[in-house]
Amino acid sequence: MKALMQWVDARFPVGNVVREHITEYYAPKNFNFWYFFGSLATLVLMLQIVTGILLAMNYKPDAELAFASVEYIMRDVWGGWFVRYMHSTGASMFFVVIYLHMFRALLYGSYRNPRELIWIIGMVIYMAMMVTAFLGYLLPWGQMSYWGAQVIVNLFETLPIIGGPLSEWIRGDYVISDITLNRFYALHYLVPFILAGLVFLHLVALHKAGSNNPDGIEIKKGPKGNRWSESAPKDGIPFHPYYTVKDLLGAVVFMAIFLAIVFFMPEMFGFFIEKPNFEPANPLKTPEHIAPVWYFTPYYAILRAIPSFAGTQVWGVLAMFISIALFFVLPWLDRSPVRSVRYKGPTTRLALGLFVVTFLVLGWLGIQAPTTNLTIMSQFFTLLYMLFFLLFPCFSSAGQPLPLFAKGLLAISVLSVLATIVYWWFLWSGGPSFTHKISYTVLSVLVLFMLGIKPLIMPEPAKPLPERLTQ
Amino acid sequence: MKYRLLLLIIGFLAPASVPAAGGYDIRLDHYDYGIKDRISLQNGARLFVNYCLSCHSAHFMRYNRMAEDLGIPEQVVRENMIFDDRKIADPMTTTLAKEDGEAWFGIAPPDLTLIGKLRDPDWLYTFLRSFYKDDSTVSGWNNSVFPNVAMPHVMWTKQGIQKPVYTTSVDDAGYETRKITGFELVREGTLTQEEFDHAMEDLTNFLYYMAEPSRADRIRWGVWTMFFLLIFAVLTWFLKREYWRDVH
Repeated sequence: MKALMQWVDARFPVGNVVREHITEYYAPKNFNFWYFFGSLATLVLMLQIVTGILLAMNYKPDAELAFASVEYIMRDVWGGWFVRYMHSTGASMFFVVIYLHMFRALLYGSYRNPRELIWIIGMVIYMAMMVTAFLGYLLPWGQMSYWGAQVIVNLFETLPIIGGPLSEWIRGDYVISDITLNRFYALHYLVPFILAGLVFLHLVALHKAGSNNPDGIEIKKGPKGNRWSESAPKDGIPFHPYYTVKDLLGAVVFMAIFLAIVFFMPEMFGFFIEKPNFEPANPLKTPEHIAPVWYFTPYYAILRAIPSFAGTQVWGVLAMFISIALFFVLPWLDRSPVRSVRYKGPTTRLALGLFVVTFLVLGWLGIQAPTTNLTIMSQFFTLLYMLFFLLFPCFSSAGQPLPLFAKGLLAISVLSVLATIVYWWFLWSGGPSFTHKISYTVLSVLVLFMLGIKPLIMPEPAKPLPERLTQ
Repeated sequence: MKYRLLLLIIGFLAPASVPAAGGYDIRLDHYDYGIKDRISLQNGARLFVNYCLSCHSAHFMRYNRMAEDLGIPEQVVRENMIFDDRKIADPMTTTLAKEDGEAWFGIAPPDLTLIGKLRDPDWLYTFLRSFYKDDSTVSGWNNSVFPNVAMPHVMWTKQGIQKPVYTTSVDDAGYETRKITGFELVREGTLTQEEFDHAMEDLTNFLYYMAEPSRADRIRWGVWTMFFLLIFAVLTWFLKREYWRDVH
C-alpha cells in the first residue's frame, strides 16, 4: 500500500493536494453558523448532478413526450418520484443555500481584498446557477415552464435592433417550441459541469487567500505556531478533522430539512413546483398570471417596476441586469477600514438589514399580479436595492474622505431619488393615491439621508479590531 | 441573532401567497380528505370509471396500479371496471375521440390524471356539488365554482336538480352585486344530499390519490428517514463535540 502511494505520488502529487487542501489547510477556529453554507452548496451541487443524470435516463426532450415522460418517472420508474422530487427540491434549496452563503460574505466582508476574485468567481457561479435553473425549468414542459420561458426569452426582444434576431436565435424558432426544448435540454446538461469547474476555481482561490472569519481579521497575520505546525497560524485549525466533522453535522441537519420537504411537501405550497405546471404546455392558452420561480422573483419585480420610457421597455431589462452586475463591484464599493459587520458602525447594520428586507419584499412582489399600489411599492424597493450599492462607499467610509467615484455615486443616488419622486408626483398619470406617494417619498428621502448623508456629517469610526480571534 | 436568522428562514420559505385555484372569489367547502381510506378510494374509483372515464381520460394512470394501491383484485377490475378490450396494465384512456369531444362540448374534455394537483381538493369537492340548472347555456347546466363550464351535470340523477339561491349585496359605492350563496333542490335525486356529499368526497379522494399515487409511499419513507436522520444527527453532534474538545 505504501509502495503504491509512493509510486503514485512520484507521478501525481496526491499527498500534496490532500495536505494542502484538507489535512493541513488551516481555517480560522471561530467559524459560526453562516459558515456551513459553502460545504452545503457543494453537497447540493453533487446531489443535483447525480439526480439529474438519473432523470436524464428516463426523460425525453420532445415537446410531444416531455410532459408524459416526467409522469412516467413519477409513476412507473422505480424510485423515480424520489429522484425527481430530490432534483426539484434541490434546485430551490440550492438557491436558499447560495443566498445565505452570499449574505455571510456581506456580513463579514469576505469579498474584500485579498478575496475579490473569490467573490467574482462566486458571482459567476451564481449566474451559471440562474442559467441552469432557467433552462431546467422548461424541461417538464408544463404551462408555467412554457410561459415562464416565453416571458424570460422575450426580455431579450426589448433590446434595440438586435433584440428580435437575438431572441429568435435563443429559441431557434419564433416561439418556444420543440427546437427550444431540445437545445435547453442539451445546455441544461452541459452548464452544471461548467459550474463544477467554477466551484473548483472558487476553492483554489479561497485556499490561496485563506478563509475569512466572523471577525474579519487575517489569521495569517496573527501569531504563528499551533499544535500541528510551527509555521501555521496560531488561530488556525486543520480543516480535517475539525471542519469535516462539523460540516458533517451541518450536512445531516440540512438533509433532514431537505428530505422533510421532499417527503412531506415536495411542492412547497407552489413555491418549488408551481400548480400550473401540472398541466401540459399549451401555446394557445396563456395562464391568467405568470410568475417565475421564487428565486428569480426579486429581479422580476425590479424588471416590472421600471416604467417604459421613450417607447421602449428596455429600461426594466437594463435595471434587472444592473441589479445583478452591482454585486460584482461590491469589493470596491466597501471603503471601511474593517471587514466584519462586528466592527463596523450601526449604519452598516441598518443598511444590511434594509437590504435583506428589500430582497425579500421584492421577492414577494415578483409573485404578485401587478396593481398600482404594488407597482409604487416595487419602485420604492427597487430604489432601495440600488441605493444599498450606490451608497455603500458613504456608509462604510467611517470618516475617511470620499474618493471621486464615491462622490459620483452619491450624486447619482440623489438624482435617482429626485427623479423617482418627480415621476411619482408629476409624470405618472393615474398613479397611486396621495397617501402612498407621500409615504414612499418620505421613506426614500429618509433612506438617502440615513445611508448617504448622515455617515458623512456624523462619521461612525470603526471599532478597534482585536489582536486574536474572538470565539 | 438567532431569532433574526429564524425570521430570515421563515421569510424564505413561508407561503407568502399561494396562487388561487380559480381566480374567482368563491368560498370553497372544506372536507378532510382521507387518502388512506381504502373504502372511500374504492368507491371513488368506481364512480370515476363509471361517470368520468366515458368522456375524460386518465392517460398516466394504469388500471393495475390502481388495483394494487387500492386493494382491488385484478379480476374485479377486469370484469367491472374495464368496459372494452383494454389490458389490465393499460392506462385509463377514454373511448371518446378528441374530435367528438370538441364537436359536442366545444372543447375536448381535459385529462384528469393530474387534476388533483392542478386544483385544490376543496375546489374539486365544491365544484362537483355546485352544478345547477341554467337554460342560458348550451348544455343546460352551469356551475358556480367554474362559471359557464362546458361540462354538463353528469350525476344529476344522483344529486337531483339544483336551483341557485342569490344574495344581493350593495357595496359602499352603491353598486349591487348578485352572488350565488347556496342551492335549493328542485328535484330529488336517487341519493340524499348527505349521501351525495359523501360520494363526492370519495370521488375527490380518488382524484387526489390519482394525481400522485406514490404519495402514501412518500410519507411512509419520510417518517423512517426522519427517524434515521435524527439518530444520525445526535451521533454526529457527539462526534463533533468530541473532536472539538481541544479547540479553545
